[in-house]
Amino acid sequence: MSTDPAKPVAYRDALNQALREELTRDPDVFLLGEDIAGFDGAFKVTRGLLAEFGPERVVDTPITEAGFTGMAIGAAMAGLRPVVEIMTVNFVILAMDQIVNNAAKIHYMFGGQASVPIVIRMPGGAGHQLSSQHSQTLDAWFAHVPGLKVVCPSTPEDAKGLLKTAIRDDDPVIFIENEGLYGKKGPVGGPDDLIPFGQAAVRRAGTHCTVIAHSRMVWVALQAAEELASQGIEVEVIDPRTFRPLDLDTLASSVRRTGHAVVVDEGWPEYGISAGLATLLYEACFDWLDAPIGRVTCADVPMPYAKNLEQAALPQPADVVAAVLANIGQGVA
Amino acid sequence: MSTATGTGQQDMRDMFRSMLLIRRFEEKASEEYMAGRIGGFLHLAIGEEAAVVGTVSAMRADDPLTSTYREHGQALARGADPRAVMAELLGRSTGLCGGRGGSMHLMDKARSFYGGYGIVGGSVPLGLGLAYAARYRKSDQVSVTMFGDGATNQGVVAECFNMAGLWDLPIVFLILNNQYGMGTSLEHAAAEEDLYTRCNAYGIPSWKVDGMDVMAVRGAVAEALRIAREERNPACVELLAYRYRGHSMSDPDTVRDADEKERWRLRDPLVTFERVLLGEAVMTADDIAAMKAEVEAVVEDAAAFAEESPEVPVAELADDVYANPFNDDARGGALMP
Repeated sequence: MSTDPAKPVAYRDALNQALREELTRDPDVFLLGEDIAGFDGAFKVTRGLLAEFGPERVVDTPITEAGFTGMAIGAAMAGLRPVVEIMTVNFVILAMDQIVNNAAKIHYMFGGQASVPIVIRMPGGAGHQLSSQHSQTLDAWFAHVPGLKVVCPSTPEDAKGLLKTAIRDDDPVIFIENEGLYGKKGPVGGPDDLIPFGQAAVRRAGTHCTVIAHSRMVWVALQAAEELASQGIEVEVIDPRTFRPLDLDTLASSVRRTGHAVVVDEGWPEYGISAGLATLLYEACFDWLDAPIGRVTCADVPMPYAKNLEQAALPQPADVVAAVLANIGQGVA
Repeated sequence: MSTATGTGQQDMRDMFRSMLLIRRFEEKASEEYMAGRIGGFLHLAIGEEAAVVGTVSAMRADDPLTSTYREHGQALARGADPRAVMAELLGRSTGLCGGRGGSMHLMDKARSFYGGYGIVGGSVPLGLGLAYAARYRKSDQVSVTMFGDGATNQGVVAECFNMAGLWDLPIVFLILNNQYGMGTSLEHAAAEEDLYTRCNAYGIPSWKVDGMDVMAVRGAVAEALRIAREERNPACVELLAYRYRGHSMSDPDTVRDADEKERWRLRDPLVTFERVLLGEAVMTADDIAAMKAEVEAVVEDAAAFAEESPEVPVAELADDVYANPFNDDARGGALMP
């Protein structure tokens, strides 16, 4: 697989490069998860790694999420750097006790004696008619928990650079990919190009309204921005990239400049990422806001199967366009 | 009972001292709790000293140990400073974990004691991971993970049995069966009361021993460790024991039958082991009296040290949330410890 930065690389292959490079660099790094070795992973992120690094370092597990996630946490306490693949975010629910009660607590609860340098990566998101139990966005569950770091890459470059940073970090990192992005192509960095946590990316500059979106929603927001530009409205699209830590400075300074903010989130509206970001922005920018912060989220329902219902439930570019227009007072609210 | 398994007289004296220390420490902790100086839950291991000390005495110093929330004894048996353990119970800055963990969450990593954990069964995969790391690094360490009869009904424990058997991990599962999950007796909770037989389904050698007999525990755990260390196979030992107090200090212990409690009282592991030491002339009555006085002084000193220790500065509230902390002043640092 080429690491030529000039050649566009798919998001899944960017992740694969990060894993290969870090496995090569550090013998303490190993991978485990369901069907990641012989089967190359459900989304082919680990393709070829078994042949290259062997079954000791690319480990197929039984279907036993709580058990192998907890096992990886224990191995991390001993100083190894496990990278766990949970096939999709829907199955991480089985491992939440291990993540929240163990991984997030161990460094603090034991007075800093042990750290947990683990990465737990998994795709979230919806859009493939997989219905309620396979179409969830649970970023907020993890972002709620002190002790975890939470990373949501939207581009191949971020997928690679942030995963490398995650693997080298000494804390538990929840690394949430998106099923709808694995085929997305773009440039990627080289073996030494790490992307630090806590730095938001401005995906498009603009002056009329700040649109905050992460993961696949960045692309939804950018589509909306194109449409709005054709109407003479320039929105600034900002991708937080990581929620713990969060680069609130970049978000807030943009909102202070535009006076308008719309948060786009594939997750549910209540008490989630969009609600949390809106609260932080109200606290940081209240006097600069010309309108209440707008939100575009998944509908507040379990995801339905029927294609038309599923698409109605998910944030679409048109929803973002409408929210921005409403926010800046040029549209029908 | 005998000095089988290569246990010398000094080993026996050390084991007895460790049991005495745990007993007296737990009694003192109970007093501190009643005096209002210990908060939260306090789960005492009085009655379980043989299970704890027999296990730890068979382990190598670098074998990682994980435990439940009833783990003061494990920490002490592993050599943790009684002052630091008591100070942790009192939530002081000199505590083993800086006042962050309390009674249920002691760790002394320098002594390969990887902690007590508050979620029933939740620590077992951590013990499995420590075994995984040992194998990964081609070390001959064996991970020992202790959990109760209640934990054997948690799904994640079955998951760990499976992975240990599947991957031949160097781990010893120690079921400390004190016959009650809080107030629910084993017969009300387990379809099969011989808990060690759970491991039969996973090809893991397993058996049950008298957990009130420290020499029997030591011998069984030594054999389990040998299997794990030399044959590179997991093993499981069920230690049948009894706790003499309620589940925690807040449990008045009214559920358990008085006759049952009295029957087990007659098998007090300290009393029976003292009889052995005297009978086999390992210690004289004077030796034992002197050891009890020495242990008493250690415990009193630990309590005095803890009581005199400073509280944890509130300014340190958000320290150590992360090993690699991050800085952001956007919200007065509230987002970013």
